[in-house]
Amino acid sequence: MNRQVMTKVSNSVREGEGMTTLRFTFDRPISPGQFLMVWVPGVDEVPMSASFIYGEKGITVKEVGEATKALSRLKPGSLIGVRGPYGHGFDLVPGKTLIVGGGSGMASLLPVADFINDKDKVDILIGARTSDELIFVERARSLSNEVHVSTDDGSKGRKGTVVEMAKEHLAKKGYSLVLGCGPERMLRALVEACEEVRIPCQLSLERYMKCGTGLCGSCAINGLRVCADGPVFPGEVLRELPEFGGFKRNECGRRVKL
Amino acid sequence: MNQVLPTKRMTSLRVSLAGLTLPNPIMLASGMMGETGGSLMKVAEAGAGAVVTKSIGSEPRPGYPNPTLVELEEGYLNAMGLPNPGIAAFEEEMEVVRLCPVPIIGSVFASSAKEFSYLAERMQVYGASAVELNLSCPHAKGYGMEVGVDPEAVEAIVSAVKSSCKIPVFAKLTPNTHDLVAVGKAVQGAGGDAIVAINTLKGMSISVEARRPILSNKGGGLSGPAVKAIGLRCVFDLSAALEIPIIGVGGIENWRDAVEYIMAGASAVQIGSGIGRRGLGVFKEVIEGMALFMSENGYSSIEGMRGVAHE
Repeated sequence: MNRQVMTKVSNSVREGEGMTTLRFTFDRPISPGQFLMVWVPGVDEVPMSASFIYGEKGITVKEVGEATKALSRLKPGSLIGVRGPYGHGFDLVPGKTLIVGGGSGMASLLPVADFINDKDKVDILIGARTSDELIFVERARSLSNEVHVSTDDGSKGRKGTVVEMAKEHLAKKGYSLVLGCGPERMLRALVEACEEVRIPCQLSLERYMKCGTGLCGSCAINGLRVCADGPVFPGEVLRELPEFGGFKRNECGRRVKL
Repeated sequence: MNQVLPTKRMTSLRVSLAGLTLPNPIMLASGMMGETGGSLMKVAEAGAGAVVTKSIGSEPRPGYPNPTLVELEEGYLNAMGLPNPGIAAFEEEMEVVRLCPVPIIGSVFASSAKEFSYLAERMQVYGASAVELNLSCPHAKGYGMEVGVDPEAVEAIVSAVKSSCKIPVFAKLTPNTHDLVAVGKAVQGAGGDAIVAINTLKGMSISVEARRPILSNKGGGLSGPAVKAIGLRCVFDLSAALEIPIIGVGGIENWRDAVEYIMAGASAVQIGSGIGRRGLGVFKEVIEGMALFMSENGYSSIEGMRGVAHE
């Protein structure tokens, strides 16, 4: 049962340019990669990946529109409705895991490192367009012995894309699994990079959602529902989807370019 | 499907419905996974005997802002607001289902008989096996339920659609009326080929903490197990009064629910909310359970079991 419960924001932390973490009490267990439908009464309800799944739960909001702007400006004590958790998260395997996150995509990935809870079993690569958009670098360092940062403009860490950096790591290390989240074109490149070295990967997608429970179909990608069949999909599934990295659905359900 | 051992006779779930042949009577209800061709194909792969598209109108509509769905203990409350890409853009989705192995029923909504006819004719051109008129959406102003409670308006719409297209015409009715049988008779009188009953019931959910209705539209439509007893009674009453087939819908999520509807007089049933509550595997589960029940109880066909509760 994923019925909505009302809770109050207990803490709000600015993570980077236009990105804010909200923490709140929510008693249901959440698996890494699952998401919540978060309601700001009188404004909107939006799907948000859980960025903290232990203790006080948390979401990390990137301001992209009215709803996310209202959400990120909530102060401690503000009332929100939360339903879920929804979706199929990451399926972990024994061995060493490589996490590759772009921008706000880190939000859904770090709970995996919390879950693994072994600094030698997970490496973390964090990328963003510019240094202001890098999030969770310190948190990542507390969870992994190997954390690397890249920015497209070179303002911090390596200059270049996080996938370019991932390629070098994939070539020299024996990872058993790669997990990624970020802009879909980055994910498309990551799937190809993993395919070249034959390492399985799982990617978390983002789509416009209404029901969140697999009913309405507004988040469909070639017939798969991001809310119920995903949001995490194996790379070999995504590779076969012509809409992956190219198309999404608008609020009318019409196919539009990403 | 698991092999079901035949008792005396082989059990067949095949049904003939208003000229269509369905491999089994468990259909997808409109509004669920019917906005894209790809998701309709997934439902057909999951075992549905026919699939119904989301209700499509003349123009693109974004629907209402979220929240559009509330999960309740015994069902869902929703007010999507008829989001759809519009009939012109829907052609590309219908292209995707061209090779679908089961019948595709195109659901349409409109505010006039003329507009309904136009949309039905387009669905026919796109290859739909039948058209389902949404005369019953309870939460979109000017559409659906406001016309669906008036027998004269319903008769005018069904007559107009029947004269504009050749494919079978189904009318989906609302239970939010005091005289459903009168509306059913209007559909039959106008030449409608089948009735789909029921759509959601008017409902609401309020957050006491936020002191306001949860749905952005305030009111919505209730579905799921909470409405099953109502749907069953509607199907029973309609089938007692009418000759045309009734397709039962409302709260079906296991074989027992489906058999109840068939025994009440339904020729086929539709599953909607059950997909969210039980997953896509609900189709296979209901089909297998129904086949086993039939073979254990000596029913060789759906038709032989249909309406036995009236006897």
